[in-house]
Amino acid sequence: MDFSYTEEQLLLKDSVDKFLAKNYSFEQRREIIEAREGYSPLAWEGFASLGLLGVPIPEEFGGFGGHGVDTMIVMEALGRALVVEPYLSTVVLAGGAITLGGSDAQRKILLPRIVDGSMKFAFAHTEPGTRFELNRVETTARQEGGMWVINGQKSVVLHGAAADLLVVSARTSGAPDSPQGITLFFVNPSEEGVVGRDYPTYDGMRAAEVTFQNVTISPESVIGVLDNGFALLEAVVDRGIAALCAEAVGCMGAMHAATLEYLKTREQFGVPIGKFQALQHRMVDMLIQYEQAKSMALLAAVHVDSPDARERRRSVSAAKEFIGRAGRFVGQQAIQLHGGMGVTDELSVGHYFKRLTALDTTFGDGDQHLDRFLDQESAKVEAPLLKPAKKWKQLV
Amino acid sequence: MDLNYTPQEQAFRDEVRAFVRSRLPHEISRKVLEHKKLEKEDYVRWQKILYEQGWIAPGWPVEYGGTGWNPVQKHILEEECAEAGAPPVIAFGIYMVGPVIIAFGSPWQKQQYLPRILSSDDWWCQGYSEPGAGSDLASLKTRAERQGDHYIVNGQKTWTTLAQHADMIFCLVRTSSTGKKQEGISFLLIDMRTPGITVRPIITLDGGHEVNEVWLENVKVPVQNLVGEEGRGWTCAKFLLSHERSGIAGVARSKRELRLLKYIASEEKKNGRPLLQDSRFRDKVARVEIDLMALEITNLRVLAADLEGRPPGPEASILKIKGTEIQQSLTELMMEAVGNYALPYLPAAWSNHWLGERVGPEYAAPLAARYFNYRKVSIYGGSNEIQRNIISQMILGL
Repeated sequence: MDFSYTEEQLLLKDSVDKFLAKNYSFEQRREIIEAREGYSPLAWEGFASLGLLGVPIPEEFGGFGGHGVDTMIVMEALGRALVVEPYLSTVVLAGGAITLGGSDAQRKILLPRIVDGSMKFAFAHTEPGTRFELNRVETTARQEGGMWVINGQKSVVLHGAAADLLVVSARTSGAPDSPQGITLFFVNPSEEGVVGRDYPTYDGMRAAEVTFQNVTISPESVIGVLDNGFALLEAVVDRGIAALCAEAVGCMGAMHAATLEYLKTREQFGVPIGKFQALQHRMVDMLIQYEQAKSMALLAAVHVDSPDARERRRSVSAAKEFIGRAGRFVGQQAIQLHGGMGVTDELSVGHYFKRLTALDTTFGDGDQHLDRFLDQESAKVEAPLLKPAKKWKQLV
Repeated sequence: MDLNYTPQEQAFRDEVRAFVRSRLPHEISRKVLEHKKLEKEDYVRWQKILYEQGWIAPGWPVEYGGTGWNPVQKHILEEECAEAGAPPVIAFGIYMVGPVIIAFGSPWQKQQYLPRILSSDDWWCQGYSEPGAGSDLASLKTRAERQGDHYIVNGQKTWTTLAQHADMIFCLVRTSSTGKKQEGISFLLIDMRTPGITVRPIITLDGGHEVNEVWLENVKVPVQNLVGEEGRGWTCAKFLLSHERSGIAGVARSKRELRLLKYIASEEKKNGRPLLQDSRFRDKVARVEIDLMALEITNLRVLAADLEGRPPGPEASILKIKGTEIQQSLTELMMEAVGNYALPYLPAAWSNHWLGERVGPEYAAPLAARYFNYRKVSIYGGSNEIQRNIISQMILGL
């Protein structure tokens, strides 16, 4: 048992914290969001030169060769600074898909470009007809003259407009909700037939509705094994969820700190409002939720790379479910304890709240993950009693 | 970062597991696992087995009979014992007064009491709370007046757990009424057989007899039974509260109870199908299970901090709050699971020796009483509201 960071992890944490403190203030973030691109090319370059874009990428492709815990360290810091850049979709999701499922050529060409910041990716999976289920894919890909032809629509594709390349899930065989018959593809958004509609989301990010109309792409665009993309999709999304859990912890930590500070400085009835027990206990409950959320993000980070898929799913879904609840509590209470100031656009606390709210539904809300957690239960319940319970008896 | 035990820790766990499995008497573990009533003899018998193995007081310094284990090893013993259905070690001697005597006691007190605490030959109880001093412990009024070589003690203690079995009681008493109320409190060790002590049962809402009133009327206590200096008892009390808080989360016990809950819910039927498959019920079970997963990791994080030599701090209050909330949820869900069969009230059926005709499934009989009884856990040991005050002051600085 060891809960300490390695020397390298401590350095990583220190460098990302320092970089963000210097280059990503709340006011700087405001400017980034208002700019046309919706992200900062300058910040992205900064991430690249810091090595952040290579954290989970294998060393042979220029990355750091990190695991779940390393990604957790970065995501927690990004959460604290409310970073809007497409780190999750590029590094964690696309980087994960290529690392886990890509061909040698794809890895050799694309991974170094993620690491050096020259390519950004978006992950196009959800569709208007799906909620959070990973197995429902109605976008189709059919083979025609040695090429693949894609048709369909992807909804709320995060950072869709910023992406140089899309990772798209499509149905290559089977029924619309069958896990079998899903294949992942790279699609260049500048291909003919790709139409994107870019829009802002309430948490300061950007997303897009993307439609594919007879988009013709080469056979080299297939990621992983034809028809067997579900396992890859699930493993990659689990990495995404573990990362989001860490980001949520970063948000909660920042909100907790801001609220505590507010309770110590805001005065009413001649004393700091933190002197009131009703508020103190609320603040303690926020701390408890935050600490427990940290534990769950850690559990997800440690098990997300587990070769045991059942353990991975169980830990990741438990973490997502827990952190959804904890995030909602911490967020709502932070707003409440800030009083009227909490509902203004001026303070950062509301912006953290909005990000936490978005995180709760990204890649499945609590209900979805409670279902998935329960699906991992073994059907057999062992009897903890030393002898079986007695049969039904008549009243004495 | 590694959430698993190291190979050495695993080897140690195997050793502990083998010991507990081979030495824990079957009839005792059955009572624990099936929520049957434990007698004094059951506790003492198991504690003596631990004593013979040298494992009864892992937290004590080696020279006083401790094991010299690190926090992880202590945690492993607690986990394995809870997992197997061992009765909890009664805290008052081993975890409470023992460490106080080691830290503040005289050589005579150490020689007189420590060996009998280790061997469970003396059963201790705790004389802290009074009718007018609960959460506000320092308001206690029980007086001890010095007369020559003795103190004469008068007053009333309450909520005294298992005092009906006790040979000794450690008491906070007032030796002075001037100055701050925390000053003027002294820590006395009192023989329960001393004339003037009366123990009266308090029956709790589950019908059980765990707690008592202890009345002290002109009780003569030799001065040599004063621990530390007169008027410095609050220091002992605070030391005791901050000492040895591991195990406070009760993770292993709750994991065991969660398994029982799932078993009961798989036996019970709703619409002809196991209750455990009912989506409304299973969601509640799953949420408690997830909460318990979070608590387990948080508990290990606190343990790891302890291992690095950071003293157990106010984080223990977090473990107490969440641990007791989960314990209460589990008792609530178990009672809920058996539906109407929670209602029959036949305390005799809680004994393993009862031969009468049962009503409903055997596991159902103690569940309501357990639910009622477990309302205590968020109240005792510093109520969960007091724990929140502690966190608010010590961690948040409010």
